[in-house]
Formats: sequence, structure tokens, C-alpha cells
Amino acid sequence: MIPLAEIRGLRHAFSGHVALDDVALTIAPGIITGIVGPDAAGKTTLLRLLAGLLRPTAGEVMVLGHDMARDAAAAHRDIGYMPQRFGLYEDLTVAENLSLFADLHRMPADLRRERIARLLRFTTLAPVTGRLAGQLSGGMKQKLGHACALLARPRLLLLDEPSVGVDPASRRELWAIVSDMLAEGREEGMGVVWATAYLDEAERCGSVLLLHEGRVLASGPPADFLAPLEGRVWRLAVPAAERRRIARAIAPLEGMVDVAIQGDTLRLVRAAGAPPPDAAALGGSSVIATAPRFEDGFVDRLADGAPIQPAAIPPVRPPADGPAIEVRDLVRRFGAFTAVDRVSFSVARGEIFGLLGPNGAGKSTTFRMLCGLLAPSAGTAHVAGQDMLRASADARARIGYMAQRFSLYGELSVRENLMFFARVYGLGLRARRAAVMDALTRFDLETVADSVAGQLPLGVKQRLALAAALLHGPEILFLDEPTSGVDPLTRRAFWSRIGALADAGVTILVTSHFMDEAEYCDRLAIVNAGRLIVTGTPAELRARVRTAAQPDPTLEDAFIALVAPPAGAQAA
Amino acid sequence: MNALLPLRGLLVKEVLQIFRDPSALLIAFLLPVILLFVDGFGISLDAKRMPLAVLIEAPAADTRDIVQALANSPYLEVVRIASTTEGAALITKGEARGMLVLREDFATRLRTQSRWPARAQLLVNATDPNTAGILEGYVQGALATWAAGQAREAVRSGGGIGVDARFWFNPALRSADFIVPGVIAFVMSMTGTLLTALIVAREWERGTMESMLASPAGMGELILAKLGSYFVLGLLAMLGAVAIAILIFGVPFRGSFGALLAASSLFLIFSLALGLLISTLARNQFVAAQLAFLLTMMPAMMLSGMIFDIASMPGWLQTVTYGVPARYLVDILQCLFLAGTVWPLILPNLAGLAVAATAAVVATLAVTRRRLD
Repeated sequence: MIPLAEIRGLRHAFSGHVALDDVALTIAPGIITGIVGPDAAGKTTLLRLLAGLLRPTAGEVMVLGHDMARDAAAAHRDIGYMPQRFGLYEDLTVAENLSLFADLHRMPADLRRERIARLLRFTTLAPVTGRLAGQLSGGMKQKLGHACALLARPRLLLLDEPSVGVDPASRRELWAIVSDMLAEGREEGMGVVWATAYLDEAERCGSVLLLHEGRVLASGPPADFLAPLEGRVWRLAVPAAERRRIARAIAPLEGMVDVAIQGDTLRLVRAAGAPPPDAAALGGSSVIATAPRFEDGFVDRLADGAPIQPAAIPPVRPPADGPAIEVRDLVRRFGAFTAVDRVSFSVARGEIFGLLGPNGAGKSTTFRMLCGLLAPSAGTAHVAGQDMLRASADARARIGYMAQRFSLYGELSVRENLMFFARVYGLGLRARRAAVMDALTRFDLETVADSVAGQLPLGVKQRLALAAALLHGPEILFLDEPTSGVDPLTRRAFWSRIGALADAGVTILVTSHFMDEAEYCDRLAIVNAGRLIVTGTPAELRARVRTAAQPDPTLEDAFIALVAPPAGAQAA
Repeated sequence: MNALLPLRGLLVKEVLQIFRDPSALLIAFLLPVILLFVDGFGISLDAKRMPLAVLIEAPAADTRDIVQALANSPYLEVVRIASTTEGAALITKGEARGMLVLREDFATRLRTQSRWPARAQLLVNATDPNTAGILEGYVQGALATWAAGQAREAVRSGGGIGVDARFWFNPALRSADFIVPGVIAFVMSMTGTLLTALIVAREWERGTMESMLASPAGMGELILAKLGSYFVLGLLAMLGAVAIAILIFGVPFRGSFGALLAASSLFLIFSLALGLLISTLARNQFVAAQLAFLLTMMPAMMLSGMIFDIASMPGWLQTVTYGVPARYLVDILQCLFLAGTVWPLILPNLAGLAVAATAAVVATLAVTRRRLD
């Protein structure tokens, strides 16, 4: 079989930064090739090189027989490319966007009619052809982006993180659409490249290239990748209240590669050749073998035998009495649009509470009201016993906030950033010095203390952001999608720290659209379209959707089942 | 037919975007109107009804005639005062622009043969040298007119010298007639560049440029569609500005519309291509807007001859103005509005515009590669 694309000895560097190094890849027709890796791994750069939008620094990129460094235009007729932000014209309607792409590909009238009708049916966009693309929901934009990229039946379809920020139901739908189109185009030798940070998507790909910090960690079918883990993955049942403590205690033990919280069990990955875990000795009730997942393999490869260090946390004030956060009938309207609609919940001291929902569900708006950055239209929000409407300045001194994007000063060094935030929080000179010294030690930042923050790896930046948010010893910590897009090891380390903080009495409120983050929460609230749909522990939420057909539902299954409108309502 | 499909698709897209997004229409039509009104009414080089304090120490028939002559001038407003201190106070308060003093002996000296002529003293507030010069000119002019009238009477038998002044091209000496054509050139150099600079930078920001570059559309088609659609928009804006000049400012138009169209087209191609070039380099709406202002507004204002006469600039600066395409358009517009279609003057300027337009398009094509790096 002739490959659709071949990459050899590829290296791409710009302004001194090496984005990709020593990459080799063969893209075969008939399958979905996954380019998998955390943020800043080089996925987008690789896709742009495949699309001929960048010139490689060294090496060769051949697509459909054309050298993309010299002859990219010749290959463009047969490439469908969807960039990360879909590349749609937001002030054009669905139909006008499709018609533009049809024109660009010189499609004759009858063929275009047939293809557009078919794609509209497929993507269920037919009822909204007259709507402006900018007014579509995230999931629908994604589908339109797909439709535009697929219109001319490309032989090579390049999708750059098509599923990021989309709710789980749309994510599955998207996967189904691409699989169906691939099945249809298989005879013509069509192939798909799907870049993603979601490791669960990697398992469904025909072949996977695992990237980490610009280098290839592994490549081949996912089964090859998982084979070495066979018989090494276990689930240990533990009491729910003890799971974080036990996880911290057993992680450094001999033979343990990975310990992750998965509902009310701990997922253990044992070193190759290590004996099966002993439930009683580890403090659990039972242990069963389980099938390895892609993430287990990633951790196994990244960890490289080094045991996980226990997470250190800064000293914490003893918690006061009463609920940490109390929200009643909170409403926020923007004009005619209700972003948050009568949301009520309460978070106990020392609890990790998650607000889970797709982009645009109202998570960030709720968050901003709790931080006192936005006034509610109706309802009340008490944080640390203070009414955020009246005493927000006082209450704000008692909360720490870590934004989704790296919100520290990229031009300052790690130490300067910490000193700056300590000053902002009003710490005196001596307290400031002590707090910064302490943060550098506990967050393992001493070696990079004088490096410029903007150029640190993602995981280190994240440690720094957390250290800065904790400098003033807050009672409540707000986290906005703290670990979306980071590699699993960094995520483990991060949540291990958060768990230790919660056990010490700090209340944690997390927003996320990322199911893996939800697993670490004590309790969850699922929000969708501004409404709070359900609250409960991860185990309770899973139990609600357990059926004979689905004996062990994941949180994602639970999310989809709980958010989905009753059957039949969607047909309209 | 098939070969033209990408261009058709891109053109349709541009037209739809222009009508969906008000910002392009605002730049094309509202900005020129605002600038024309602000500059057309605001920058007026003629001063009208300037208050002039007049002190006559010994009134006589001649001094009365002189005051009458000054008062008859539409540019002056005579304020009679009793002392120089009063006049100085008026000037300090800004209630008088200047003060004319006719001493006690003025009338007697005027009528006696003497080695010493009759002297009048003129004091002018010279904070703004331009206005000061104008005031001086008007007072001198009024005095000269009166003196000439006297002389004609005195030497009626012998004929004497009478100067008949005619002001060509702008007989009413209305500075609007001179300024407004220049403002049109200024407005077009700004809007044209701003239109494409902002719109293409937005495509980079929103990531749509990336998907266009990866599509089978050629670079030429992408640029042609942008230039073509905004060319039509810019030309309509230009016609609107000319209509405002003629209908609202009452500036005469004496040249041919064909020449106007040729000059505007060449200039628009230049400014639109410059905008494309800027946005390709900046890829960010904010920086693109800054650059567009810096590269078009400043030179067009200072070096195009729109306000400041190029002939009175130092030599090296005059050379620099040849690099400002707006100067060619200003020359052509002033010629077409005030003088008529004077080909020997218009052709070299048209050639200058053609060179500028070609250079801008070539530079844009060279810089806009199908690459992100």
C-alpha cells in the first residue's frame, strides 16, 4: 500500500526554539492516524508542516507524492485541512461557508449540490444552513469545520484538535462522522490525521504518533503500545474518604509506576516484573486486574522508572466553621441571554468541588461571581462566610485563584513573579521573603528560581502558578481548568498537591470540561446551558446511569446521559 | 468557467462580509465624511472679520476715509479706541488682533510736501505668525487701495499707474477651494490603506487565513479578490467625497471625470496594496492600524502639499515628497478642481501614481507567500 504521506528526519525550529526534532511518520490510507500529545508537544506544527504551511528546518515532508517544502500548492487540491479555530468565516452563514469551499475546490454545480446535501444530513446541520457560523454552538462550529474540510473528498484530511472544548456528546458524534466519512472514502484511499490531547481518543485510532516536547515517544498501532502493560494494571477498592491519603501513601512504594484516582478505586500501574499488589497491605478492600489504557502506557513511558515524589504543600490556616461556599439561586443575565440560571450549591470546608460542563455552559460566569469579579443579577453567593456582593474585597483576601491560561508575568523570573504576588497580597518584607523561600522549596522551583517564567515548560509554569496562588495562605482555592492539555505525569503531580491541600482543610473549587479532572473531585455539579443539572459524588453520578447494558459507566457516559434531553426531543 | 470558481467564491465572500460587518462600510463612508467636514471647515487659511483696534489722535477728512476703507474690508472689523493702553489691553485679552495708530501729525504730513512720509503704526499679535502676516497684508492692502484712489484723483489728468490684480484659478481667494481637494487625497490615502490593513489582519487573527492558504486557491486569486472588492468600495467612497466637495463645500470642478477616475484608481490600487502589505507583516489588527496611520496619515498631511506648499520646503525635503504618492494625487486633484484638465501637469503625476501602485502590488506579492513562517 502506498502511504499518503511520509515524514523523514523532520526538524522544525523557529527563533531558537525547537518545536519538533527527529520526527518520522508514515500516514497510511484507510485509517485514522492520531497525533497525540499534551499542549506544546508540537502537534499543530506537525499538521502545518503536513499542510505545507511551514517549511521544515531539516528533513523531508512528502504528501501525496509532492514535496511540501517546494510543491505544496500541487497537493492542496487533495488536502482537507481544519485548523484549530476551524477557519470558518463567522459572518458568513453555514450555506455560504460551504459554498465558498466548494468554489475554492472548483466543484461543478451538480456535484456540489449532492455533496453539500449529504454532508448537511450527516452533520445534522441542515436545519441551520441560514444561520451565521459565528452564532453556532461550539459543537456545531466543529461540525461545520469538518463539513468544509470534507467537502471536496480530500484524500488526506488533517484535523487539528477537532474535539477540544466540545462537550462529550458532540465529541463522540464528531468521531462517528469522521469514521463514517473514512469508511465511505476508503476505496479512494482516503486517510485522516487527527491531532488530540485526549488520550482516550488515541485508543480508537488505527495508528498513533505520541509526541512529547517535540519528540516522538512512540509510534504504531495502539495495541502495540498497550501490549507491554498487559497484566500490570489493577484497580484497588478503597474507602472513598481515604482514597487521597492512601494514594499519597502508596505512590512512592517499590514497584509502583502510577497511582491514579478513578472513582472510588485507585488505578495502579505496576513496574514490569513487579508482583501483583496486595490489597490488605495497601489499605484497600479488594484488588482486580483491569485492561490497560493509553494513559497508563504514556505514564509508563514518561515515568521511566523514577518513583513519584510525595507532594509538598505550604502551611495552611486551620479551617473555620460553616460551609466554605454557599450559593443560592444565583442568576446572571447578559441582555436577553441568561448565562447562569438559578444555580444553588454548597461546598464544605476541605472539599474538592467540581463544576463540570462544556464550553459556554456558564462555568466561568459562575466562577467570576464567586470571585467577586462580576455582580449577580439575582441570588446570593457567600464565600468564606462573606457576602461577595458587599464584602468582596475582604473575601478576596481569603481566596486564591489560578487562571486557566498562564497568568503570571512571562518576562519576570520565577522568583520575581513570586515576590510580586506576595507584595500584591500585602505580605510584609519578612513574611514575603519567608513565603517565597518556602514556595521555591516546596514546589520544587529552586533550580529554576532565576529563569524567565515565560520560557519554562508547561508543567513548571503550572507549579509556579499554583505556588503564586497559595502565597497568602488562602482558605479557598479557585482553579479554572487547571490541567487541561498537560501531560498525565504533570496532572498527577498537580492533583496530588491539591489533594494534600484539601486534606489540610483548604476548600477547592474547580471548573472543567475535562472528565479526567472530574475524577479527582469529592463532589461534582454538572452544568449545561446555564442550569445546574445534578450534584453528587463521582460514584453517585456513575450509579445513576448504571444499566445492564452499561455495567461500569465512565463519568463521560454519566455526563452524556444526564445532560442529554429525553429521547425524541433532539429530533426537532 | 471552472478555473474562475475560486475567484468567484472569494469575491462573493468579500462582498458578503462587507455588508455583514459594518466596520468596512464605516471606514469607507463615514470616516471620509467626518474627515472632510473636520478638515474642510476646520482648516481655513482665510481669516475673516479680524478685530482691529484703531486709534486716531487727530481726526480729519483723510483719517475718516482711511477708517472707512478699513471698515469696508470684509476681513477686518474696526474697533475705535481712545488710547494705546486701551488698544494694548484689547490685544492682550484677545479681543483685537492688532492695533493701527495714526498719530496727531498724520493728516498734516499726508497733505504737505516733505521728505518724511505720513507714518502709520501697526501693532500685530504675532502669536500665530500666519494670521499676523494675513492681518498685516489686509491692512496694507486697505491703505494701498485708499492711497491708489487718492493718487488717481490727484494725477487724473496725467493717467498714472493703476494695478489691476486678477487672481487666477481661485478668483475668490477661497481657501476651501484649495484645501478640500487636498483633503480628499488625504482621506483616500487613509481609508484605502486602513480598509485592507484591518480586514486582512482580522483574517489572520481569526485563523481563516490559515485555511485559505491550505486551500487550492492561488495567492493571486486571494489578493485579487481582496483588492477587487475593496477597490470598488474605495472608488465609491472617493466619488462620495468628490460629491461632498462640489455640493457642500461649493468647490468648482473644472477638469474631466475620466482623468479623476484614472488618478483615483491608480491611487486606490496603491493604498489598498499597501494595506495588504501592512497586514501581512503585522497579522494583528492593532499593529496594522497603527502602521496604517503612521505610513499614510503623517506623510499625506505633511508632505503631500495638501496644506504646506512643497515649493517652499527645503530642497532635500522636496526630494522626499516624491516618495509620498499622495503628493501626486494632491497635485492632480487641485489641478482638476481649480484649473481643468491640464495634461502636461497631470501626466507626470499619473506616471508617479502608476509607479507607486506597481511597486506596492509587487511588494505585496513578494511578501505574501503561502506560508505561515
